[in-house]
Amino acid sequence: MAQPSKKPFRWHIAVFLAPAVFVYTAVMIYPLFNTLRLSLYSRVDQERVWVGLDNFRTLFGDAIWSEQFWNALGNNTWFFVIHMAVQNPIGIALAALLSSPRLRFSAFYRTAIFIPTILSFVIVGFAWKLILSPIWGIAPGMLDAIGLKFLYAPWLGKEEYALTTLSLVSVWQYVGIPMMLIYAALLSIPDEILEAGECDGITGMSAFWKIKLPLILPSIGIISVLTFVANFNAFDLIYAAQGALAGPDFSTDILGTFMYRTFFGFQLQLGDPHMGSTIASAMFGIILIGVCIYLFGIQRRLRSYQF
Amino acid sequence: MNTARRTLGPTIAAHGVMILYTLIALFPVFVIVTNSFKSRRAIFRDPLGLPTSETFSLVGYETVLKQGDFFLYFQNSMIVTVVSLALILIFGAMAAFALAEYRFPGNALMGLYLALGIMIPIRIGTVAILEMMVSTGLVNTLTALILVYTAQGLPLAVFILSAFMKGVSDDLKNAGRIDGLSEYKIFFRLVLPLVRPAMATVAVFNMIPIWNDLWFPLILAPAEEVKTLTLGSQVFIGQFVTDWNAVLSALSMAILPVMVLYVVFSRQLIRGITSGAVK
Repeated sequence: MAQPSKKPFRWHIAVFLAPAVFVYTAVMIYPLFNTLRLSLYSRVDQERVWVGLDNFRTLFGDAIWSEQFWNALGNNTWFFVIHMAVQNPIGIALAALLSSPRLRFSAFYRTAIFIPTILSFVIVGFAWKLILSPIWGIAPGMLDAIGLKFLYAPWLGKEEYALTTLSLVSVWQYVGIPMMLIYAALLSIPDEILEAGECDGITGMSAFWKIKLPLILPSIGIISVLTFVANFNAFDLIYAAQGALAGPDFSTDILGTFMYRTFFGFQLQLGDPHMGSTIASAMFGIILIGVCIYLFGIQRRLRSYQF
Repeated sequence: MNTARRTLGPTIAAHGVMILYTLIALFPVFVIVTNSFKSRRAIFRDPLGLPTSETFSLVGYETVLKQGDFFLYFQNSMIVTVVSLALILIFGAMAAFALAEYRFPGNALMGLYLALGIMIPIRIGTVAILEMMVSTGLVNTLTALILVYTAQGLPLAVFILSAFMKGVSDDLKNAGRIDGLSEYKIFFRLVLPLVRPAMATVAVFNMIPIWNDLWFPLILAPAEEVKTLTLGSQVFIGQFVTDWNAVLSALSMAILPVMVLYVVFSRQLIRGITSGAVK
């Protein structure tokens, strides 16, 4: 921060900024760029050598790596699609019900529905693993009680269901966040607008679709980008429920677990920090693309709706 | 609102939906906690029943307390969370004050720089963070975790707090300056007490992710004596996976502290989310 020489240097500004800027730069920004840099190196005979974009060529070109990478990216995309398609509509519906002024006990419902969100992935992952487990039999027992036992399968153990099941568990856990944000957005809509609509005969469901929904679109945009970043950076739930191998047969492998395995190693494979950095860089690129699409493509168009 | 149109049908339907979803949200927690108090046989024979006098058993908790060092894990989690929160709040408030109060060249740029971290997750830099912690000898210390969580929490803290500090009256600060208070005293004596509600919001937002994080404890501090409660219960459950009593008890013990925090702070948390989004 170069100061103009006319005024004496205002030391207090530097003192106020220094600790935050220092910690943030040293522990977050510098490692971030260092990780991007490390992806351009490789280890040959205990020495770090510059290899340029070779690691990326391996990641996308080498059959063993690229297959894993595209598998993880595809799974991650499905994970995100389920969140967008299930979590956000449920969150919006719950928020719409909660914000209705005539609903009693809404504070209780709000508090209770938010509880899963505060639990750690370890608790959530294991709790659902136990509940869905065929050994314990809570899930088959409950389906039996309503005559749907034939629907039961060991969902977490089957390749074709495991990822969807885990996505739904994650939706169950996180539905509280879109609910709260949309709830807040709905409360902030001025009553006059709704009353004006009422005078024109727009009430109930059509008031929701025609007035409230367009007005909460900016919040839905923010929620979508938050979901995107959180999903493409997810790791804990898969690790807690299925382990680092993201079984069965890598069917629940997402970018976070793939990076962890590569970077830290597992069983027979040795950890490779350079390939780990390469995957991290790819994740960085994906997140950056998502955030940019939001900032330049979506947010700008939504702004016109805000009061 | 209009009371003439009050109809019973939609209200009942709304309550029905909310009750159904509340049950879905609470059911797993309920099952885990009630079964942790049952004997092994009762867990399997009647998983949905409440513990009765004959099926009541604390054998799981005994195993957990004997085998796992849960008090140590709890203490580690507590230290990491409290110290990180304190650093986020004080450093974040100082930086937010500098950005909100003074005009200096590069102000907007500095604000943008600090805001970058809101969208970009710190996990991307894990490889280099681990390398740095190894070379500085901080690996397997709580300090490493505290530094990482402080860096992770600062961007949002600065963002929220500077928006709040812009609302503090200039007259008050100028009155302080006329009375000869230094800029530091103005910040600590006048401004900080006024933004306490915003500080509480920031604290509550950061508390739960720090407490629940698994990634950084797993990578930076996996040693026994620095394990956090989240990592400790994960490892414990992995080892005792066939001992259902122990697993259920460990899960319940991991749920307990977060629930207590939530009950204490839920009003603050909900108010924080609601007011933050209104703006």
